[in-house]
Amino acid sequence: MKQSDFKQHLDGIHDIADRLARPVKIMEVCGTHTVAVCRSGLRSLLPSSLKLLSGPGCPVCVTPAEYIDRAILLSRRPEVLLATFGDLMRVPGFSLGTLEKERASGARVRVVYSVSDALALADERKSAKVIFLAVGFETTAPGIAWAVKTAAERGMKNFAILSALKTMPNAMEALLQSGGVQIDGFICPGHVSTIIGSRPYEFICRKYCRPCVVAGFEPADVVAAIAMLLGQIEEGKCEVQNQYLRAVSAGGNPKAGLLLEEIFEPADAEWRGLGVVPQSGLRLRDKYKNYDAFSLYPDIKAPAGAEVSGCLCGEVLRGRIAPPECKLFGKKCTPTTPVGACMVSGEGACAAYYRYAPLAEAGGGDESPSFFKRR
Amino acid sequence: MCVAIPVKIVSVAGEEAVAEIDGVRRKIIVSLVADPKPGDYVLMHAGFAIKKWTEEDVREFNEILKGTKA
Repeated sequence: MKQSDFKQHLDGIHDIADRLARPVKIMEVCGTHTVAVCRSGLRSLLPSSLKLLSGPGCPVCVTPAEYIDRAILLSRRPEVLLATFGDLMRVPGFSLGTLEKERASGARVRVVYSVSDALALADERKSAKVIFLAVGFETTAPGIAWAVKTAAERGMKNFAILSALKTMPNAMEALLQSGGVQIDGFICPGHVSTIIGSRPYEFICRKYCRPCVVAGFEPADVVAAIAMLLGQIEEGKCEVQNQYLRAVSAGGNPKAGLLLEEIFEPADAEWRGLGVVPQSGLRLRDKYKNYDAFSLYPDIKAPAGAEVSGCLCGEVLRGRIAPPECKLFGKKCTPTTPVGACMVSGEGACAAYYRYAPLAEAGGGDESPSFFKRR
Repeated sequence: MCVAIPVKIVSVAGEEAVAEIDGVRRKIIVSLVADPKPGDYVLMHAGFAIKKWTEEDVREFNEILKGTKA
């Protein structure tokens, strides 16, 4: 995209905001979008009447602390070898610490890049029970479905998953239903939509009259998506538009969709910050319960606990506050000493704000990249 | 965590393929896309190809990265 294209979108955003002459709040649902927005300093270039809210689209951030404690208890079983994405290692549970500390104490916890690596690990270590911590959204879920199906086809008995997989559209609805925050439109997650397509957001438009634009992850994509959303808002439209044409179709990835349907069924799921959201989780179907660590280890239950006093991750995930409004932000809670999950993951809103604070918070100034300077 | 990047398929063997980006190669699973072949570009997430990309898609992506889209 030429600088003039970027500038054209940005000028369009300012022109529409001037004409609207009212506060507009747009939520970027996905954590990868949050990082793109913070890293580029995009907020500093937007009109003061337009606010971008960070949403619940960081899977690590919305994973309940109870899940982490349960994973830690599983890792203490002598036969268990936990396999996990690295983001999860430093997320604190309620009372049992982190997987990182547990590994330092001798637990067998292995960081993998892909669930296929976890399956290969199970193939190599036949005496171990490899349990993969299945955390993610629709982008990640088909790969995990593939691993479960492959394990079943191969007759593997030493592989299982602990599913905290979640789906986005119902969580977006839960945000709108919970109230307490103005959301005038959604920037919808790009790679989730590669799998599910752009159609599943249509009910948000019909039922709640909020425009949705599926967007790519470069700043140029995001600024184009914001311009499209503001255009809809000005014209009073509520439609799903697709800015990310190179990765997203209306119907999504049919092979992935069929595989998800075969292996998983929708289930109620708990989201940190949102509580239980009906039908927003993915649970293994009964046919695959031998691969479900919840079924295999029903006695392992985490002790009850409460969020750390003062941690406002829940409010951040609902878009009710920006991370710097939390009193722990940047003081007690930093990426090296995270209190809440949003400061742990690279895609957490708190971590993104902390890392790129000068660009996100300082109103641009001399620290904005020259490419993005508007005038 | 939903990051995905375009990679080029070098070889295919059943559900597995070797893919390359900037000279780095790794095995990926290609069973989620139709008819993967050497030379195809795919969008890869966590070791899985999740969508085929045309050369035009890759060119657009690279041009956006460089800030030079015509």
